[in-house]
Amino acid sequence: MKAKTLVIIAGAIVGISALILTFFGNPANMGFCIACFIRDTAGGLKLHSAGVVQYVRPEIIGLVLGAFIVAMAGKEFSPRAGSAPASRFVLGFFMMIGALMFLGCPLRMMLRISGGDLNAIVGLVGFIAGILIGIVFLNKGFSLKRAYKVSKADGYIFPGIQVVMLILLVGTPALLVFSTEGPGSMHAPVALALVGGLVVGAAAQKSRFCTAGGIRDAFLLKDFTLLIGFITVIVVVLIGNLALDSFNLGFEGQPIAHSDGLWNFLGMALVGFAAVLLGGCPLRQLILSGEGNIDSVITVVGMFIGAAVAHNFGLASSGQGPTFNGQIAVVIGFVVVAAIGLMNLQGRSVKGDA
Amino acid sequence: MIIDARGRACPEPVLMTKKALEKNPEGIEVLVDNVTARENIKRFAGNLEFQVVVEEQDEDYLLRLTK
Repeated sequence: MKAKTLVIIAGAIVGISALILTFFGNPANMGFCIACFIRDTAGGLKLHSAGVVQYVRPEIIGLVLGAFIVAMAGKEFSPRAGSAPASRFVLGFFMMIGALMFLGCPLRMMLRISGGDLNAIVGLVGFIAGILIGIVFLNKGFSLKRAYKVSKADGYIFPGIQVVMLILLVGTPALLVFSTEGPGSMHAPVALALVGGLVVGAAAQKSRFCTAGGIRDAFLLKDFTLLIGFITVIVVVLIGNLALDSFNLGFEGQPIAHSDGLWNFLGMALVGFAAVLLGGCPLRQLILSGEGNIDSVITVVGMFIGAAVAHNFGLASSGQGPTFNGQIAVVIGFVVVAAIGLMNLQGRSVKGDA
Repeated sequence: MIIDARGRACPEPVLMTKKALEKNPEGIEVLVDNVTARENIKRFAGNLEFQVVVEEQDEDYLLRLTK
């Protein structure tokens, strides 16, 4: 019961924070979007030069630091590494490619559903399909093998980088790039975004909230705990949007979205597939990186590079729809993720093969 | 029988437990090294009506699952 209560509270915190951040300036249906915000941050650091999506998002900084602080306080900060880091890098990379095809991570997909964006329902169906493919691999013995304890110092590096990012953002913004138009120019005040990230990061760490985990556990283990959090977010934000009169049902004219059903489906299917092999969605990877999970740090770095490549090579969709290059990248993504899946099938030794 | 699920990412510790319980329905022991895995296995085993006793061993947790 306790786990369910925690995840409902976390879902409510995620939903309310998303509503507040959108109300105070974040783009529509983008109170939080891990993929978009990592992409914006990559742009803010000039890793790509797509002018409309460049802004070092304080939410990302807050999410990692919130998880870090709560993990430290709860004695759960436990640096570990070594579970197939290169494979995780690639999975993170293609998880980003899939998300930028759809235009959002699973969390933004939920927020889009709550905003009445029916394209996100198509995305959800794809996401579930991808998760089911991932479950087939899990049932056949897929494993990225175990991680081992590493020094505490190694675990401090990524949260430390977030502190540096915050100092750059507040202290020396001239070093960074800021969009003057487009989604990157739309944002809540820095302090509010940082606090929103911290609070959600803390809640997600405590509750193990994971957008992919909810659907995965429901199918795989008949355990609906995390799924309840998933539904809580959608319901809370739906109520909020109705109250704020920002609910707009339909496929066309949705904010920062396109209505190409096939590619919305495939983009999110790739995200779901990769997320199950990784053991968690983009949000969960960020939270784990704050807990000292170096394999998740590598995954997040893969997402950063994926975002930069997506915009440098025209792979990311826009409101006009997907690009041809992006479609090729998503197809390649399925092949590569499936290859990683196949190459890591092993008999699930009950004694634990170190 | 002891299952060593240390260092495994979610949801592997639970899957390893599930598989082991199918072969040893009277009960097993599972070794994990993080709170997430500990709680997930406790919840999973509880749903199957196993008794779970947790013993802390340095930085690891030994879970005893019995009917």
